Amino acid sequence: MNWKTVCTINDIPKQGARVLKREGQDDIAIFRAEDDYVFALVDRCPHKGGPLSQGIISGHTVACPLHNWVVDLKTGEACAPDVGCTGHIPVRVEDGQVSLDLK
Amino acid sequence: MNKPKLVMVGNGMAGVRTLEELLKLMPDFYDITVFGAEPHPNYNRILLSPVLSGEQTLKEIMLNEVEWYAENGITLHMGKEVTEIDRVKRVVRTSDGTEAPYDRLLLATGSNPFILPVPGKDLDGVVTFRDIRDVNLMIEASQKYKKAVVIGGGLLGLEAANGLMARGMDVSVVHLGEWLLDRQLDRTAAKLLQQSLEDRGIAFHLQKQTAALLDNGTGRVAGLRFADGEEIPGDLVVMAVGIRPNAELAEKSGLYCNRGVVVNDTMQTYDPRVYAVGECVSHRGVAYGLVAPLFDMAKVAANHLAHYGIGRYVPAATSTKLKVTGIDLFSAGDFMGDDGTEAITLSDPMGGLYKKLVLKDNKLVGACLYGDTADGAWYFRLIREGKSVAEMRDVLMLGEGGQGDVGHAGQSKVVGMPDDAEVCGCNGVCKGTIVKAIQEKGLFTVDEIKKHTKAASSCGSCTGLVEQILINCVGGAADVKPKSEKPVCGCTEHTHGGVRKVIREQHLTSLRQVMDFLEWRTPDGCATCRPAINYYLISTWPGEAKDDPQSRFINERVHANIQKDGTYSVIPRMWGGVTNASELRRIADVADRYAIPMVKVTGGQRIDLLGVKKEDLPKVWADLDMPSGHAYGKSLRTVKTCVGSEFCRFGTQDSTQMGIDLEKDLTGMWSPAKVKLAVSGCPRNCAESGIKDVGIIGVDSGWELYIGGNGGIKTEVAQFLAKVKTREEVLELSGAFLQLYREEAFYLERTVHYLHRVGLDFIKAQVVDNLENRKALYERLRFALSFEKDPWTERVKEGVARHEFEPLTV
Ligand code: SRM
Ligand SMILES: Cc1cc2nc3c(=O)[nH]c(=O)nc-3n(C[C@H](O)[C@H](O)[C@H](O)COP(=O)(O)OP(=O)(O)OC[C@H]3O[C@@H](n4cnc5c(N)ncnc54)[C@H](O)[C@@H]3O)c2cc1C
Ligand code: SF4
Ligand code: FES
Repeated sequence: MNWKTVCTINDIPKQGARVLKREGQDDIAIFRAEDDYVFALVDRCPHKGGPLSQGIISGHTVACPLHNWVVDLKTGEACAPDVGCTGHIPVRVEDGQVSLDLK
Repeated sequence: MNKPKLVMVGNGMAGVRTLEELLKLMPDFYDITVFGAEPHPNYNRILLSPVLSGEQTLKEIMLNEVEWYAENGITLHMGKEVTEIDRVKRVVRTSDGTEAPYDRLLLATGSNPFILPVPGKDLDGVVTFRDIRDVNLMIEASQKYKKAVVIGGGLLGLEAANGLMARGMDVSVVHLGEWLLDRQLDRTAAKLLQQSLEDRGIAFHLQKQTAALLDNGTGRVAGLRFADGEEIPGDLVVMAVGIRPNAELAEKSGLYCNRGVVVNDTMQTYDPRVYAVGECVSHRGVAYGLVAPLFDMAKVAANHLAHYGIGRYVPAATSTKLKVTGIDLFSAGDFMGDDGTEAITLSDPMGGLYKKLVLKDNKLVGACLYGDTADGAWYFRLIREGKSVAEMRDVLMLGEGGQGDVGHAGQSKVVGMPDDAEVCGCNGVCKGTIVKAIQEKGLFTVDEIKKHTKAASSCGSCTGLVEQILINCVGGAADVKPKSEKPVCGCTEHTHGGVRKVIREQHLTSLRQVMDFLEWRTPDGCATCRPAINYYLISTWPGEAKDDPQSRFINERVHANIQKDGTYSVIPRMWGGVTNASELRRIADVADRYAIPMVKVTGGQRIDLLGVKKEDLPKVWADLDMPSGHAYGKSLRTVKTCVGSEFCRFGTQDSTQMGIDLEKDLTGMWSPAKVKLAVSGCPRNCAESGIKDVGIIGVDSGWELYIGGNGGIKTEVAQFLAKVKTREEVLELSGAFLQLYREEAFYLERTVHYLHRVGLDFIKAQVVDNLENRKALYERLRFALSFEKDPWTERVKEGVARHEFEPLTV
């Protein structure tokens, strides 16, 4: 476990996302759903690598901005009939602080 | 867990579709039990014909495997016929004593083939054509016997005859009527059909009434005798003389029946706990025998079973297609016509071609096509849209073919297209892939095909082709609806028009209000409906409804155009395509400073900086110090201009200045889809005004205005709207037309499609003839635009949406 605080929940707009940049590694997209659940995925669409952080968020899914694949925010799995998965990162929200488990 | 219990009797196409729709709406609402008399799960009955002819296998036509029922927690009783409904105790019983209690009951018992009441009807070798058992009996017989007789020259009879012939039998068709398919075709088309079936070896006995079936002495059929005494031999007789709604069970349980189980518009029987759908139903005195209306019923029943309480079954025009490979026959709507209709026909008997279009009050109400059915889908759409075809009457017969879609090597017809021909140029999907998906996955709508194959899911120009393929595969069962009849997306039943209307009439000003008022099925919509509703809100209530950035596609949210690698492109505005040394110098400096990989002159007379990193966008905008070009938005894009009278030796008007004036007048205008204008200084038209949403051409005496042109997917020449004298009139008329479009068009509908939907006459009446209305529209546009600010300046100077551009780090 390597929990790192990255921002507060208010830094992310509802139905919006922020991008976490890391040296030499894939970006991470941190999403906040309308019901205030927070999720984190590798910011790379399983289709052709589109930046999921830039998509439209509805329910607990995001629609990729490039070709509209819909990806489940919790698991990173593409929704049927598409298949594919991008990595997901454990998230913790405590006192409004958003932390990720960056192994 | 005390879930209400739903029991369904009849495990066929209409019933299971109802369950599918219900599960979409309310996955865990009911405890569901299904009884089916056949020992199979739900299969695609329509495709029994290709199974009989050997073109498909039973395995291929299964729609829901046994696992599907299990996965959805449905208790399935196959091979069990329900024999009793106890409406007092609310339980159903089968012949073997199985019982199931219900809170809601769904009857979907389909129909029974009609059996002629003639002597010999019970002999061995006399079959009907309805289910898998019948098909297996026919296939077995074809291996042992030689001569088959089909009674009935309707769709089913001909498909049976064709299948048996393909299995090697000698086939005769007996028909009571004067011509074949007398419910679908008129005499001329039917004669052509008969000829080509005769050429394949099928014999016909028309106007013959069957009096008796003959016994070969061992209890098997040996032939048949007509009322006139003539006899013909046959060791297999298929009765395909019609169907009767199977309402026996309902009738026995005391439900009101009258040639079918009588239901109201919400698919409820006289017992409010009991619903009925499918062929067993009689709705306003009509029973249906095609899948498309049954699927509509399924939607309505599911909606009410899920307690949503909206949706009524409204009968729509249906279409049919004969599923005999190599014969193209299509009919839709009221193709027979009557005293109140007129018909346009094209008849080429030698060429095997016949087309009949039936019109009423300038609307297409029916079509019958033989020999070339490629335009069937298009005609069917026109029939269902019910809009005036007066303007295209002279070319109606030519079909959609000449309409100029690009990107499929000029292909506009799928008949004769090889399987490896590319249909969708964006996603590289071939015809074969689409056909396979339709057959294997049991698809009935273009949307389903989009999802499974990606065809038609990008630019959409191949939608017409995909629709044709669908109709070729499943015939009348294809669910093809015009956009005006389709729900916005899977989150709702409501159409674009319906949503617009409610927003206006109920004065709704936020997405939440719209979704609550119209009982959206998802908590916060999806990527399809949210941008549409957001647009409807801000265009209906400018200054009042707040724009929702999270409901905007990324380009409109960050005011730049996303690229395949996640970088962005930046196109600053160059009014009317005019620039100067200082702007060019700033662009050059920005390109150097931010290491921008490509600088390109666009097709819209301005300069594109491609490959900008998202974090750099605000700095790039600041350094450019030019307004946003909105090259990313469903909004005003460019106003192209030519040199005009200031320099050009032919120029009659100052087109450059007019272009600049128009662009300044309209900047920041959000619209249903993008809007492009052009102004040319003379009819040589160097600015290509003929393919713009609004195109203006200067002539000696003033300006001509054209609307609804398009240079994109569907190249379409703009139509003449009006001629005016002054600059002010050009601004006002252009603005009024665009405001009408802004207020009325559906989201993503470009002016060309809007114009086709409502017709030029309507638009002329609104903005050319009615001067007061023109002024009012223009004023509403000015009011809406008074709230718009340059989005780049807002972000650079006021720090709007800073979070978009600042990445987090650890
Ligand atoms: C930059 C430009 C190409 C160029 O290098 O010249 C361009 C680039 C794109 N066009 Fe275009 N179009 C460009 C002029 C055109 C033109 C020509 C014109 O405007 O005179 C047309 C045909 C005219 C018309 O629209 O009627 C055109 C018809 C399309 C279409 C088809 C629209 C239609 O309804 O038929 C699309 C697809 C769409 O909008 O859904 C499209 C979509 C696109 C998009 C935005 C695709 C996308 O969604 O990402 C392209 C962005 C590329 C990128 O990576 O940034 N582009 N596009 C042109 C920008 C003009 C400008 O200055 O704003
Ligand atoms: C060969 C053929 C080709 C066709 N081609 C086309 C076409 O091209 N286009 C088109 O639109 N339509 C076509 N149709 C018609 C289409 O198949 C029907 O309209 C559709 O299947 C009807 O659906 P349904 O659910 O009402 O009835 P069905 O699909 O018949 O389902 C009813 C089911 O209920 C069962 N059942 C009945 N009573 C009981 C009971 N008491 N207990 C338990 N189970 C019971 C039956 O066994 C049956 O399985 C075709 C039909 C046939 C036979
Ligand atoms: S710029 Fe236009 S034509 Fe070129 S690839 Fe992109 S969308 Fe297609
Ligand atoms: S890259 Fe995400 S849908 Fe194509």
